[in-house]
Amino acid sequence: MSEPVTTTSATEEIKPPVSNVGVLGWIKENLFDGWFNTTLTLLTLFVLYKVLPPFVQWAFIDAIWSLTEGARPGGDGAVWAVIPENVRFILFGFFPEGQTWRPIAAILILFALVFYSKDLTNWNRFFGPIWTVGILVMGVLMYGGIFGLPVVETSKWSGFPLTLTLSLFGMVGAYPLGVLLALGRRSRMPAIKSLCVVYIELIRGVPLISLLFMSSVMFPLFLPEGMTIDKILRAQIAIILFTAAYIAEVVRGGLQAIPKGQYEAAESLGLPYGLTMRLIILPQALKIVIPPTVGILISAFKDTSLVVIIALYDLLKTTQVTLSNPKWMGFSTEAYIFLAILYFICCYVMSSFSRKLEKALHTGR
Amino acid sequence: MTETNENPIIEITAMHKWYGDFHVLNDINLQVQQGERIVICGPSGSGKSTLIRCINRLEEHQRGSIVVDGIELTNDIKNIEQVRAEVGMVFQHFNLFPHLTILDNLTLGPIWVRKTPKKEAEDIAMMFLEKVQIADQAMKYPGQLSGGQQQRVAIARSLCMKPNVMLFDEPTSALDPEMVKEVLDVMIQLAEDGITMLVVTHEMGFAKSVAHRVMFMDAGKVVEENNPHDFFDNPQHERTQLFLSQIL
Repeated sequence: MSEPVTTTSATEEIKPPVSNVGVLGWIKENLFDGWFNTTLTLLTLFVLYKVLPPFVQWAFIDAIWSLTEGARPGGDGAVWAVIPENVRFILFGFFPEGQTWRPIAAILILFALVFYSKDLTNWNRFFGPIWTVGILVMGVLMYGGIFGLPVVETSKWSGFPLTLTLSLFGMVGAYPLGVLLALGRRSRMPAIKSLCVVYIELIRGVPLISLLFMSSVMFPLFLPEGMTIDKILRAQIAIILFTAAYIAEVVRGGLQAIPKGQYEAAESLGLPYGLTMRLIILPQALKIVIPPTVGILISAFKDTSLVVIIALYDLLKTTQVTLSNPKWMGFSTEAYIFLAILYFICCYVMSSFSRKLEKALHTGR
Repeated sequence: MTETNENPIIEITAMHKWYGDFHVLNDINLQVQQGERIVICGPSGSGKSTLIRCINRLEEHQRGSIVVDGIELTNDIKNIEQVRAEVGMVFQHFNLFPHLTILDNLTLGPIWVRKTPKKEAEDIAMMFLEKVQIADQAMKYPGQLSGGQQQRVAIARSLCMKPNVMLFDEPTSALDPEMVKEVLDVMIQLAEDGITMLVVTHEMGFAKSVAHRVMFMDAGKVVEENNPHDFFDNPQHERTQLFLSQIL
């Protein structure tokens, strides 16, 4: 009975069992794997069956896409016509009619810059200057005053450009400030350390709304007579200060994750503190905290809608204004779905960029 | 060892260090001449790693003096940075910079501390990578190399700074057994080049064949110090005999 166990010969490749491959294998493994998952799958299918067809009916089949002149739309379906009829106001608010091309051009420039930044090989010495020029051109387009462009006061900036401005400068301002605060909090100098701790804890202890209120209501009281600071700028500063405190704590987490040996290796080469941080510690720490940092930036982007409480007309507010028009009252679902899609696209771009960045910076450890 | 150089490159006099109340280093006196190779051994917790970490001020001593290449180590950060640039250090866990390529790991010090032009720094780096036989990996990242290869890169990284002294803190302790030899071979090669070396290690074979002097430390003190021949064949102290009987 000493029959040798037959083994596959070395040349013959072993294939995986049939049940694990292909569509059927996938379905079996992922959807009907045991009674619990089977129940969940069936339940989900039932819910989808109940929800999806009515939604499709409402959103597409019965929907009204455009309006016949003068009539107030009615019926069972979605009235998407609310979007094209009001899109100019929702997106650009009080920006003067006839000048609308300017914010459009500015937004297109911003999208181009983001697209350009997506390719990491572009992050060279031209990167900073190109962004600076881009931002300047956007500023000129929005404000005007030269090249024969009529001046548009910032109080007229509203809608999508306002949301983007507050977010973009919020991020660009808050990130370096947050990194500095994180370094300060780990400083050996007691004065700097306690200053940073107090700042971070204070800011994180209050809601953004209260900061916005302070910047718009209380802050002007301290200014000398006749001196005013632009309202948008004040909101912008509040957003930067707020976001920076959160970024600081995330970056501090990253700094703590760097092993002591990295500091020692850098120091034993004779690198001074500043270079050790810039060349060795921060590149690693900031890479570790890309996911939570992008999380903060995304929530900062969405939090800009809180500026409605100090009477700035961001994207959300212009939509609300549209909906308060008697003609469009009652179509908030459609308008908010449109808004949600717009926000989603922006947030999705940010998170996909973060994933790409992580992948590109991965160095095999 | 040639006694041509009257001034020792490292001179430690009556040096003490405490961690809280714990007396880690107790009255250390040590003179190292240019070109000398010293192996420091002893049980764990005896203070041998702390001793060599004091020499480039990764640890601070509290009494006595340490003079490296004519510069006394005080709290003056400029002095410390100068000494660190002169003294190369190889760690137990390599401590390569994982976000930089091997080549960038090597050129970082020369470019930023020594202000060497990039091209020249890269040439020097490639030369040392050739020397530790790892030049073909120059564009890889540390995470893609084996432990032995990483440690050889770490040695090359220190050499790029053209140090006067090399400190080794248990360079082979974290390696798989089959990789110990490739690192020791590189270190023996350095010894042949005449570089001043202080090596904390348990590799007694290396001590026998390479060291001019072997120091045995226990409980923060230098218990015995001798040339390798007498140290291994005729240890004087009971504690040394016990230690050697356990590890040989």
